[in-house]
Amino acid sequence: MSLPEPTRFTVNGVEHSVAAEPDTPLLYVLRNDLDLKAAKFGCGLGQCGACTVLLDGHAVNACDTPLWAVSGKQVTTLEGAQAGSTLARLQQAFLDEQAVQCGYCISGMLMSATALLERTPDPTLDEIKAAMDRNLCRCGTQARILRAIQRAARCGAAT
Amino acid sequence: MSAPLKVPPMLSANPRLDRWVKFNDDRTVTVFTGRVELGQGIITAMTQIAAEELDLSFVQVRIVDADTRLTPDEGHTSGSRSISEGGSAMRSACAEIRAVLLAEAARRLDIPADRLVVEDGRITGADRIRETTYWDLPHAELLAREATGQVPPKPVARYTVVGRSTPRLDIPDKLAGRPRFVADLKRPGMLHGRVVRPPSFGAKLISIDEAAIRAMPGVVAVVRDGDFLGVVAEREEQAVKARKAMIAASRWDEQPLPTDATDIYRFIETRETTDTVIVERRDPAALARATRTFEARFSKPYIAHASLGPSVALATFEQGTIEVWTHSQGVYPLQRELAEVFQLPVESVIAHHVDGPGCYGHNGADDAALDAVLLARAVPGRPVMLQWMRDDEFAWEPLGPAMVVKTRAALDADGNIVDWSLDLWSNGHTQRPGVVVTTEPSVSLLAAWQLERPVPRIPQGDPAMSGGGGMARNAEVIYALPNQKVVAHRVEELPLRVSTLRALGAYANVFAAESFIDDLAQACGADPVEYRLRHMQDPRARAVIERAAQEAGWVPHQASDGTRGRGIAFAQYKNGYGYIAIVAEVVLEPEFRVTRCVAAVDVGLAINPDGILNQTEGGILQALSWTLKEQVQFDRERILSRDWETYPVLTFSEVPRVEVHLIDRRDEEPLGAGETPTGPTAAAVGNALAHALGVRVRDLPLTRDRIIAALG
Repeated sequence: MSLPEPTRFTVNGVEHSVAAEPDTPLLYVLRNDLDLKAAKFGCGLGQCGACTVLLDGHAVNACDTPLWAVSGKQVTTLEGAQAGSTLARLQQAFLDEQAVQCGYCISGMLMSATALLERTPDPTLDEIKAAMDRNLCRCGTQARILRAIQRAARCGAAT
Repeated sequence: MSAPLKVPPMLSANPRLDRWVKFNDDRTVTVFTGRVELGQGIITAMTQIAAEELDLSFVQVRIVDADTRLTPDEGHTSGSRSISEGGSAMRSACAEIRAVLLAEAARRLDIPADRLVVEDGRITGADRIRETTYWDLPHAELLAREATGQVPPKPVARYTVVGRSTPRLDIPDKLAGRPRFVADLKRPGMLHGRVVRPPSFGAKLISIDEAAIRAMPGVVAVVRDGDFLGVVAEREEQAVKARKAMIAASRWDEQPLPTDATDIYRFIETRETTDTVIVERRDPAALARATRTFEARFSKPYIAHASLGPSVALATFEQGTIEVWTHSQGVYPLQRELAEVFQLPVESVIAHHVDGPGCYGHNGADDAALDAVLLARAVPGRPVMLQWMRDDEFAWEPLGPAMVVKTRAALDADGNIVDWSLDLWSNGHTQRPGVVVTTEPSVSLLAAWQLERPVPRIPQGDPAMSGGGGMARNAEVIYALPNQKVVAHRVEELPLRVSTLRALGAYANVFAAESFIDDLAQACGADPVEYRLRHMQDPRARAVIERAAQEAGWVPHQASDGTRGRGIAFAQYKNGYGYIAIVAEVVLEPEFRVTRCVAAVDVGLAINPDGILNQTEGGILQALSWTLKEQVQFDRERILSRDWETYPVLTFSEVPRVEVHLIDRRDEEPLGAGETPTGPTAAAVGNALAHALGVRVRDLPLTRDRIIAALG
């Protein structure tokens, strides 16, 4: 069987060319072809946010984003955190607040929060809640996650 | 001579000292716990305990959690027992290891052992000239012996590691997105599997066109064994597509269910039951003072674990050996069950625990492990990564059972409770191995019951009251009541598959009892805090109630303005574990919302105080989700709630302020913490809602529709 036509796109600043069916969910390409395991499979339905990544800076669910839709675009995953970035600041704030229980949702939380703070550096608590509403956490870590995002926003304002 | 120390049961069961600790060449030690990390922070707490007793720094201790090749067999990690049982065994083992090594050091240095000082594993005398280290001693030989359990652990007053908030060991990897979960494992030649479950429980496979599936891109194997169906493919998306095609291509003979989500309470109340009197305390003189009686009926639906990630396992099966990587709560019980299913010697099955998505009880993890092995058997030599799809998880994981609780009480002329009874109806709350002993082999694993040559389903059981009970957990209240009777009515018939879910029966029982006590307080015009204290003698219970009220700014006898309300609830988990009181505040407008939860907690010695806070906050928010939103939907055919839209859970917008206050009881035994908040959260919210509304909602979840119905 012939291989599908490769799809070219950029992940965390590195160009990739992946020969998978164009309807393959981006999540499987990231996890299995590129070995980037941060984004998680939660529902495959775009309902829980465990697979959230940034696509040209916007938070999207990688589980229901087909490969063809990322052709020529920039994908950022948790592994792409750069020193000094909003994402790195959030990681530190989550660490400081110990805002993790099982941690399965955390990659998605960090990516959604990154998209929020890039757009709205000093959000109100209600803005944070609204921005995070599509990210579910089953362990009940939300109170800590909210504190961590507020902390990261404060640190961002200080720099 | 003092009385012999009580040997921790987990140490008696795993007495070899080298089963607990190994000294490494790089001047570290590795400790082995049979408990598993579930996101509750247990590996961090165990590391603290080991570092403390061995006089090592925290960073010198590495930890391996449950692994059938390496660690002690500690059964299941469940019931908030890890610190009290596993921690005490670790503490005792490490204290003895230190003593054994110090005895040898004393001989070599010619200094009495009680004059030796250990710091970061360096052993010195007072002169600081003669010195050795743990690693310079023949530790392997010295630890090749059985524990006596008779070395007293370090006094709490000398603790430097235990009792301090310590950042969790697993968090940095999880925040960096480094592979840490079962689903993140990768092996050369690894294939991807999916299973095809029947459309409903008990359905029998009539036919499937396997050839068409085998011809699909990437499909390596189609597995059919009795009613078990699965597929293995080169790529994950190929396995997902093949599964979808198999669902469409399979025909099943379905069995109707005997009840549905609206009929379930009538159903369980009218079945034949096995009744057990949990407590019966009689004081006829007090009963004679009764002037008024009250009754109420409460219900709780089936609740799903609904872990954020579906169950998953990696397995290989070659040359008669099974190896499986699993997020099971009990790798040893899983090992024994897999050996039974495949008729292999137990030692031919190796099970490793790897972190999984959040675990709140007996979920699909063990089932997925068997599924993965069944798929791996079809592709010898190739590892298979199997993950359930979202609907597999919602439709097939064992659920927390539906329950009905009826309460009855009598008050004297002063409003004191002179009679109290609670009757509860439920299925047994566990289907774990080891609870019910059977003469014929039986297993808890879903697919095993579906095979061509099935291994029968393990009988439904209920944990014994000696271990805190299952359905009747916390059904007895610890208020000082002259008359109290609790009867558990166990329903044998099982409409849906159920097993242990966080706090088991305590969630419904505490919701009922703590709602009812508020009703009684209201009936006699008493303040809910004062009324609880009036009936409570246990000083630690009183302390959490008083502290929660104080921190919440509780104003006695405060009337509601009809839009806001506040309520309190209390429980001591399992009537012997952690104490907790929670104050909840709610608003009714523009819609019913919980705005604040304030808790006071006493878990005795807190190994990692921030870990206790994290677990308690999480327990409150999960219970809030159950209480406000959750209910498994099913009709007479099947479970209907199969995704996050049909089974909604708490979202960020619904998260209240959460404040947890830990009462320092470092001189008391450490008590289980993780499950304490569930029932009190439900009751505190229910009481706050009743305070605001003026009427009570007794059926969970406390939804908008129920509130409107209650208002009539």
